[in-house]
Amino acid sequence: MRPTITMRMKTSDEALAQAASDGDSEAFGLLARRHYDRLFRLSWRLTGHKADAEDLTHDILAALPAKLRSFRSDARFTTWLYRVTLNAATDRARKAQRRRAAREGWGQDYTRRAAEAADAAQAQDWLTTAMRALPAELRETVALTLGEDLTQAQAAEVMGLSEGTIAWRMSEVKRHLREMATEEAG
Amino acid sequence: MDELDKLRAALRDAPAPNEAKKQATLREVEENFASLQGSGPAARPTETSPERAGFLKGLGQMFTKPNLKPMMLATSSLVIIGVGVVLVTEQPAPSTMQPAPVAEEIAMEPPASPPVADLELDDDATGRLMSRSSEAKRIPLDAAPASEPASVARQPAPQGSVESNQPVANSGAFRDRLPQPQIAQSRDQFPDATPNPLKVTSEEPVSTFSIDVDTASYSWVRSSLSRGQMPDPQSVRVEEMVNYFPYAYPAPDGDVPFRPTVTLSETPWNPDTQLMHIAIQGAQVTERPPLNLVFLLDTSGSMQDASKLPLLVQSFRLMLGQLRPEDEVAIVTYAGSAGTVLEPTKATERNKIEDALRRLSAGGSTAGGEGLRAAYALADEMRRDGEVSRVLLATDGDFNVGMQSDAELKGFVADKRKSGTHLSVLGFGRGNVNDALMQTLAQNGNGQAAYIDTLAEAQKMLVDQLSGAMFTIAQDVKIQIEFNPATVAEYRLIGYETRALRREDFNNDRVDAGEIGAGHTVTALYEVTPVGSPAVLTDPLRFGAGAEAGNTTDLAFLRLRYKEPGASDSKLLEQVVSTQIAETGTEAGFATAIAGFGQLLRGNTALGEWGYADAITLANANKGDDHFGYRAEAVQLMRLAQSLSGG
Repeated sequence: MRPTITMRMKTSDEALAQAASDGDSEAFGLLARRHYDRLFRLSWRLTGHKADAEDLTHDILAALPAKLRSFRSDARFTTWLYRVTLNAATDRARKAQRRRAAREGWGQDYTRRAAEAADAAQAQDWLTTAMRALPAELRETVALTLGEDLTQAQAAEVMGLSEGTIAWRMSEVKRHLREMATEEAG
Repeated sequence: MDELDKLRAALRDAPAPNEAKKQATLREVEENFASLQGSGPAARPTETSPERAGFLKGLGQMFTKPNLKPMMLATSSLVIIGVGVVLVTEQPAPSTMQPAPVAEEIAMEPPASPPVADLELDDDATGRLMSRSSEAKRIPLDAAPASEPASVARQPAPQGSVESNQPVANSGAFRDRLPQPQIAQSRDQFPDATPNPLKVTSEEPVSTFSIDVDTASYSWVRSSLSRGQMPDPQSVRVEEMVNYFPYAYPAPDGDVPFRPTVTLSETPWNPDTQLMHIAIQGAQVTERPPLNLVFLLDTSGSMQDASKLPLLVQSFRLMLGQLRPEDEVAIVTYAGSAGTVLEPTKATERNKIEDALRRLSAGGSTAGGEGLRAAYALADEMRRDGEVSRVLLATDGDFNVGMQSDAELKGFVADKRKSGTHLSVLGFGRGNVNDALMQTLAQNGNGQAAYIDTLAEAQKMLVDQLSGAMFTIAQDVKIQIEFNPATVAEYRLIGYETRALRREDFNNDRVDAGEIGAGHTVTALYEVTPVGSPAVLTDPLRFGAGAEAGNTTDLAFLRLRYKEPGASDSKLLEQVVSTQIAETGTEAGFATAIAGFGQLLRGNTALGEWGYADAITLANANKGDDHFGYRAEAVQLMRLAQSLSGG
């Protein structure tokens, strides 16, 4: 018998992903519903903009059917999804930069970003500044470890790095933040 | 504060996704997925629009394919896409799909035309209630699409309306009105329980059930009606509605923890039958043992709504005022990974507890199983002799990480119950509630399942009736009624569908049943048809034993089993119920009004002409003292249901 929706409410992500990659649209729908919020929040942590996060989430889900074929059920689905999200965010940032570069020429991106930063909501200011102060790879690490509450080992698995690298990156994050704090104070 | 912690806190404070955008995206990607599979087109319910003309081709293709499986897969995607499209056609102006606001508008529309729910009920010859929640259980695997492909493809509602025995003409008649967006999108789940059928005394004289002190169904109904929607009939459990209200039944004296009172009165909705009213009043506790409470809180991302985590925090803060210095509290949260937020803390350190509650924030997925284990581990740690330990689980939905099956969770909770730690479940929010799982957990954890929709409900559950909710005075309370075939021709138990027990389970002490808390009242109602009454629905058997002559003064025999808290052997109470009809008291009268109300909401046809107006009159006449205003509120709800149903 084919599982009903109710039965599937507790089906594991991995099994659903497998079924979806075999063409089961109900499984895909459940999977998308189950993970939309998580995707959105990680996207927000990576981009810092609600609208960007929504668009990114949309793009990831839209591309998911094709991507699912590369999902192997021996991996945890969430780990895999985090990886897909990180890649999608990087791609998107790269594309946005290219578009801007094409439109406005080299070197103008920074002024534009500064103007954007001024627009950022007051409440988010500290976070925005802090995240901007971090290089991209540290931002990703922070989004996973602090934002998504992954352990360093889990984050390492998502990013395909060693645990040691994550630990080192976190110490780098601390250093950056401390520098930022001294700058603020000074 | 550490810089990293500051960053963590800031990152955790992620905004909630825009619901309209979310639904639009989900719909779009599902459509996208379906079209990638080559089966999307079939979902379109209208074939007249020029942009959609191409879909007819897809429709044809789909049915020429010999394999039925992709078709069935496609029908599940019909749901979402179908809803979106029909909404658009009803509102011709905007060319882009804006499903969320439109859905809202339609949901608020009072059904001036016959409500769909009624049509569904009338269609159902077996008297079973159609599931309107998002379960596709009853869609036959292959029968419907194979025999009636066209009507199925156009049929936009997936929720079991496509029963194979259903006349196609009927489904066509209200096809255009069928999509009820709020239902199609809701993931709230309710157990599928058909109303108790009429029993013939000569065939089945014994009726056995476990008591039920849950109240979740009533709050759920209230929350639905307050939003201007009739509740899903599946979500209405009559006994939980009746037992939501405290009643002033005769109190027990002496050592027994509770006192049963049985009265027989006229049935308001049928002059030819009688109502047997079983009332159980639990004793009040004057001295209670120290209480160890472990709050197990769902802080997954979906808990962000104002009606969820913030309400939960407020609710628990209300309760803190009821705790005594010797009580202890601990808090475990689960979201992605489980964590202890507050180590066991004396109730006197109220600031510390409140601080921990204030710091809670929502984010991540739901690792319920892990959280449950962590909570029980803490409860074990806190337990000392003579103390009562309880895990209070607060959640908005199901557990989808960790322990996988309901059975596994159930086994785990039942196991822990034996070790002395009980579990109560508080449900919050709408859209994701897994009522069946809440029930299962609370029943197996010897606790109550309640649904908290307002702060007032939290006040009732956690302040006014805290001792009832926390201190069990009798466990595994089972009721068995043996009807006298010489006086009773037929009988029907009102409600308790999910609590039925087998006859032999009554004497089996290993079979779990409901608990009575301190001061709790439990009510059960039977509608009985006396022998010789014109209301008898069944004909006597030609070859069966005729009505037995003999004792005609007794109506029934009540047997009641219960265990003292912690005991493993049950005690038995017995009582004869006479055929003497008594005047309905205020308490029984109100319980009857609520039972009638619940049956109306379930669409029970046994009530005949009796409607909401009668329920309102009966409830108003029996309001009693109503210190807390619960009964007045019930009357308001009846009036809302009356207007919403157009009756």
